[in-house]
Amino acid sequence: MFDKILIANRGEIALRVQRACRELGIKTVAVHSEADADAKYVKLADESVCIGPPPSAQSYLNIPAIISAAEVTDAQAIHPGYGFLAENADFAERVETSGFTFIGPKAETIRLMGDKVNAKAAMKKAGLQCVPGGDGPLPEVAEETLKLADDIGYPVIIKAAGGGGGRGMRVVHTEAALLTAVQTTRSEAQAAFGDPTIYMEKYLENPRHIEVQVLVDKFKHAIYLGDRDCSMQRRHQKIIEEAPAPHLPLRARVRIGERCVEACHKIGYEGAGTFEFLYENGEFYFIEMNTRLQVEHPVTEMVTGIDVVQLQIRTAAGEKMPIKQRDVVIRGHAIECRINAEDPLKFTPSPGRITSWHMPGGPGVRVDSHAYNGYVVPSYYDSLVGKLIAYGDTREQAIRRMSVALSEAVVEGIQTNLPLHAELMQDAAFLRGGTGIHYLEQKLAKFAKATE
Amino acid sequence: MDLRKLKKLIDLVEESGIAELEITEGEEKVRINRGGPATVTSTAPVVAALPPPAVVPGSSASEPAAPEGQVLKSPMVGTFYRAASPGAKPFVEVGQTVSKGETVCIIEAMKLLNEIEADRAGTIKAVLVENGQPVEYGHPLMIIG
Repeated sequence: MFDKILIANRGEIALRVQRACRELGIKTVAVHSEADADAKYVKLADESVCIGPPPSAQSYLNIPAIISAAEVTDAQAIHPGYGFLAENADFAERVETSGFTFIGPKAETIRLMGDKVNAKAAMKKAGLQCVPGGDGPLPEVAEETLKLADDIGYPVIIKAAGGGGGRGMRVVHTEAALLTAVQTTRSEAQAAFGDPTIYMEKYLENPRHIEVQVLVDKFKHAIYLGDRDCSMQRRHQKIIEEAPAPHLPLRARVRIGERCVEACHKIGYEGAGTFEFLYENGEFYFIEMNTRLQVEHPVTEMVTGIDVVQLQIRTAAGEKMPIKQRDVVIRGHAIECRINAEDPLKFTPSPGRITSWHMPGGPGVRVDSHAYNGYVVPSYYDSLVGKLIAYGDTREQAIRRMSVALSEAVVEGIQTNLPLHAELMQDAAFLRGGTGIHYLEQKLAKFAKATE
Repeated sequence: MDLRKLKKLIDLVEESGIAELEITEGEEKVRINRGGPATVTSTAPVVAALPPPAVVPGSSASEPAAPEGQVLKSPMVGTFYRAASPGAKPFVEVGQTVSKGETVCIIEAMKLLNEIEADRAGTIKAVLVENGQPVEYGHPLMIIG
């Protein structure tokens, strides 16, 4: 087992990884930018190293600084968290060549899954159905592009091969708008990801976003930990996640889980990962794989009783997977609400000092947050200040518990989307369960119109 | 923690000129303050094991009056070295005049030796870190007046 792990991230996930390490008796090194010098996990770490000024490019994305910090502190392994360098194949490679263990899959796996075009091809080969679309990158020739869109059938969506996580995509409803959309997406892709490669898929009308969590050790033992539904999204960013996905037949869950495990074997996957699908009319369509720990892992932990982060660390250290598939039992239901520092109606970011922070508690309530009374939410990073998770024996109980928990939560000094979550816990369609990925935006649009 | 080890630590502090040294080993923690008695406590391990950066002089009563000048801070994470190689003459000594852009020390990061240059012309008033000490971004290295 590792003696010391460097946590190459910030915010709530840095604290989460730190907690897993401390429980396992592993020393932690917290790297931080100047803006995060007063973070809770920095104060709790065994050692901390300032790696740069606030901007991410010079700190959390600064590969030499992070590896150098691992050197001077004699860490053995680096946990990348999510975001930042977590899916950067170059980083994974350099960590390993510098003599440290990268807690995640091999660099070549990250590289394969990071190119969304290649990932789809690999998954198709591995037996997973993908969203109907062109095989491979979009051709440069206008006529071919038009024909492809025609074959697929409008509406279509243009996506950046180097994108993912909801970034670098554009929907096209009519042929007239296609060529301009393709050009624009291509230049945006080049600017944002350094890769102008784009591809086209059918734009599904009203799918749900359902994903499967997998865990694989270094001895090819892979298990799936059930599914999650993350359909409540705004601008491709998840707001609410739940496990298990409501209203799925058990056979469908088992089948897709087993297919994901097979795919893991085919691509030699190691570590924690998530296969993301669009689910429509009983069919699962693979869209992308996240080769890292995800924000919403807590809901899976609540319904399985399994500590995903600890297993991630243990398998990375060379331990055999201590759990067999038959030991994975899904019990109850869990819901997670992402608490963002933003205006609840306009969604503009709201950084600043939290003057009052009071989080709920009680049975079935879990709070994953690095924030505290007086904490200053910096303006340089994303707006996630915490995650509120509620667990119940049934989905209905989980929702009731979340409503009660939300009513107890107090955050002053910054704005948050707590009111939006409270509203959604009363939303009739959400209560029924199974709303699609467009539902939230449609609801917000209706609300905006009504208040004009 | 045995007496020999403790004595070694006290000697280390005296020789090196560090203002304060704190070491945690298992359940035990030692803090040695220049000018104050050494204290040994058995507490749950807490706090950074990296010696705290030598702060701008003036914060400890036993230190001489704060040298005038600007603090040269580390632009990167790494290990601080005063000379180009072990045993070689240090780039600068206290009292030496330097011109802007002159190499004053080395910070090693990822097996690369990075030459750190004086950000202004002046005299080296103080060297705030020890040879071989790990430094973080923004760590005060020297005072140039």
